[in-house]
Amino acid sequence: MNIYVLVKRTFDTEEKIVVSGGKIQEDGAEFIINPYDEYAIEEAIQVRDAQGGEVTVLTMGGEDAEKQLRTALAMGADKAVLINIEDDVEELDQFTAAHIISEYLKDKNADLILAGNVAIDGGSGQVGPRVAESLGINYVTTITNLEINGTTVTIKRDVEGDTEVLETSLPLLVTAQQGLNEPRYPSLPGIMKAKKKPLEEVELDDLDIDEDDVEAKTETIEIYLPPKKEAGKVLEGELADQVKELVHLLHSEAKVV
Amino acid sequence: MNELKEAIKGGAFLVEDLDASRIFTPEDFNDEQKMIAKTTEEYVKNSVLPVVENLEHHEFEHSVRLLKEAGDLGLLAADIPEEYGGIGLDKISSALISEKMSVAGGYSITHGAHVGIGTLPIVLFGNEEQKQKYLPSSASGEKIFAYALTEPGSGSDALGAKTTAKLNAEGTHYVLNGEKQWITNAGFADVFVVYAKVDGDKFSAFIVEKTFPGVSVGAEEKKMGIKSSSTRTLILQDAQVPVDNLLGEIGRGHVIAFNILNIGRYKLGVGTIGGSKRALELAIAYTNQRQQFKTPISSFNLTKNKLATMASKLYATESLIYRTVGYFEERMSQLSPEEQKDGKAIAASIAEYAIECSINKVVGSEVLDYIVDEAVQLHGGYGFMQEYEVERLYRDSRINRIFEGTNEINRLIVPGTFLKKAMKGELPLLQKAAGLQEELLMMMPEEVGTEALAQEKVLVANAKKIGILVAGLAAQRFGTKLEAEQEVLVNIANIANNLFAMESAVLRTEKAIGRDGEEKAAQKLLYTQIFTQEAFIEIEQAAKETLIAAVDGDNQRMMISALRKLTRYTPYNVIEKKREASVKLIEAEKYVL
Repeated sequence: MNIYVLVKRTFDTEEKIVVSGGKIQEDGAEFIINPYDEYAIEEAIQVRDAQGGEVTVLTMGGEDAEKQLRTALAMGADKAVLINIEDDVEELDQFTAAHIISEYLKDKNADLILAGNVAIDGGSGQVGPRVAESLGINYVTTITNLEINGTTVTIKRDVEGDTEVLETSLPLLVTAQQGLNEPRYPSLPGIMKAKKKPLEEVELDDLDIDEDDVEAKTETIEIYLPPKKEAGKVLEGELADQVKELVHLLHSEAKVV
Repeated sequence: MNELKEAIKGGAFLVEDLDASRIFTPEDFNDEQKMIAKTTEEYVKNSVLPVVENLEHHEFEHSVRLLKEAGDLGLLAADIPEEYGGIGLDKISSALISEKMSVAGGYSITHGAHVGIGTLPIVLFGNEEQKQKYLPSSASGEKIFAYALTEPGSGSDALGAKTTAKLNAEGTHYVLNGEKQWITNAGFADVFVVYAKVDGDKFSAFIVEKTFPGVSVGAEEKKMGIKSSSTRTLILQDAQVPVDNLLGEIGRGHVIAFNILNIGRYKLGVGTIGGSKRALELAIAYTNQRQQFKTPISSFNLTKNKLATMASKLYATESLIYRTVGYFEERMSQLSPEEQKDGKAIAASIAEYAIECSINKVVGSEVLDYIVDEAVQLHGGYGFMQEYEVERLYRDSRINRIFEGTNEINRLIVPGTFLKKAMKGELPLLQKAAGLQEELLMMMPEEVGTEALAQEKVLVANAKKIGILVAGLAAQRFGTKLEAEQEVLVNIANIANNLFAMESAVLRTEKAIGRDGEEKAAQKLLYTQIFTQEAFIEIEQAAKETLIAAVDGDNQRMMISALRKLTRYTPYNVIEKKREASVKLIEAEKYVL
């Protein structure tokens, strides 16, 4: 089975986000594989181990993302591809990413493509479905279980806390939800082997993509942190007065009513 | 390290200067090493910490299971060559595993005893058959290893062991009799490296399996800390050990024992870094969250002061320990494949850094003890409660100053080894000392530059002079009787400890500034300034006390005045520096650079 996993390099979940000059400061920050993508990698490895085939991890970004690809190789993926857009693309959005990735994948005959349900940074959850759409294959999002029988695929997906079971067929793109599996961490022999696994780097030119064709369709107007959490307030006095005051505060201070 | 460089001599830091580019620092970890560290962290977090309570209550079936799991991840195989089922990693990766593992408390002692003192004697000194037979099962965790040196009557005096070995009449087995005390992993170990005296006088090492007739273990000890590790007596009653299981040569057991002790000390030092980081992290997180007088207690200046002191001590210790790890890596990676199979060549490489190993052990364990103590203090009454992790860290820390040679014994080793090396002409102490006395009489106060680290470099240079002066005068005064002057020796060791720590911090920061610029190395610079100044005060005190003990009359007055010249400098406002250094710590809620 020819399996691809879409992987994104994201901020470590433990990093404090600092915004300055309208940009998120990346200086000195730790980066990881987007946690939802880790479920996708783990699932891909399990499918390959059960069904045979090859797992290729694919990411789009700069040179720095090689580290996350190596980690995926150390977990057990067979090959890695870095679409390096560092020099070509300045502003990108979900359209940009999906377009470039599908251009790369269109002649790869992937049987199964896995991605994270969302990236913890952008959080749009769009890239996976968009890629499937442009490749013209089925897709199922937020899956929590995957069973493949020949070309028939039985999937459980998380629907706001409930579970939906559905059946579809390969070729297929799925996005992974928490609970799909327990991602392994790379073993030491895995880490040593990863050094020798192939990591291919391609640029937009190699894919015959013109920078203008992938120009972002959206515009980021402002980046800001959520407001600081204020200390809670405990109202005092007669119950009726408290209610009055609460309603008043909801109008005037919180401005939610 | 492809380029062959002349390996750095052990103890050279006392008499010679080193270029910052020659030391290894934690900033030099490569991606694989970081990944290995991460895997170890994840393993500890996801597999070990959830069962810490069980382990603390001696449910050792978890230890056996966890070691097997560690084996599957390769976490037992770092120091075992590939041909024997290991991975044969570099010493830096192996050290990182020890550091990250130490957060697991007593279980890290289980792991360390297995991969370190339990298995390394066979890796380093075993013959081909022994390596083939035992190492693959150690790497996989299928068999668990332990090390049995201490006896009820012989601790620091390891060679005073009473356990005996006698070849049987058929010449097939050694028959061992005796008791080995406080043996880590004894509750579940399959293989023990045991020391016994052949015919009552030839100190030798043996590989003893639990299933050999006459081998048994005593009851589980009740300990103050590291309760997650098993500690029992190994009892040998006419134990039948096949002659093939003699490790190394008869009567040469001390070579194995002392080198394994050196490695044990060095690894212990590495482990203290992980524990220190964890304790500091807990202390900062708690002081950020705990409110008194409607204010988080981390906003009080005294808290800031404590946190910054802890962090700067940790920085210097981390610097000196990874510098030593780098020494080993450089030296070991330069051994030829033949030498790597030759116990003597390996022993010589390890013994070269006996001084550094002892310093790693002493400084690491004392800084850890300082940090866990302050961490408990910062927790107030809650730190005394077992629900808080810091309570366990405090108890777990204490043993580090005792095992692998007490810190007292290790302090005595430092000047002892140093003087021996000097006498053999391996280190130019005597030449330096001769020139120094004259230099001191002429010495004029030096103008200190304003660039970063200028003052610290002067302090390091002067600390070296102080060390040479004091060691030289003590050797002159007491000659061959110096060994009995333990107080003086310990003072010299304290000077060496502080000197090695401050120089390592300065060189690490210098390397970082060279690479990233001063702004990005600002926190490192602050730690270095704080630590260097405080370490220098201790050096001055130790030197003064020693001079007064070693020199009399006019000469004493002259030497004291020379010391005064060497200790003249304009100190920083260290209170201010610590407030500054605390800002980033409190914000990051962990040890941060």
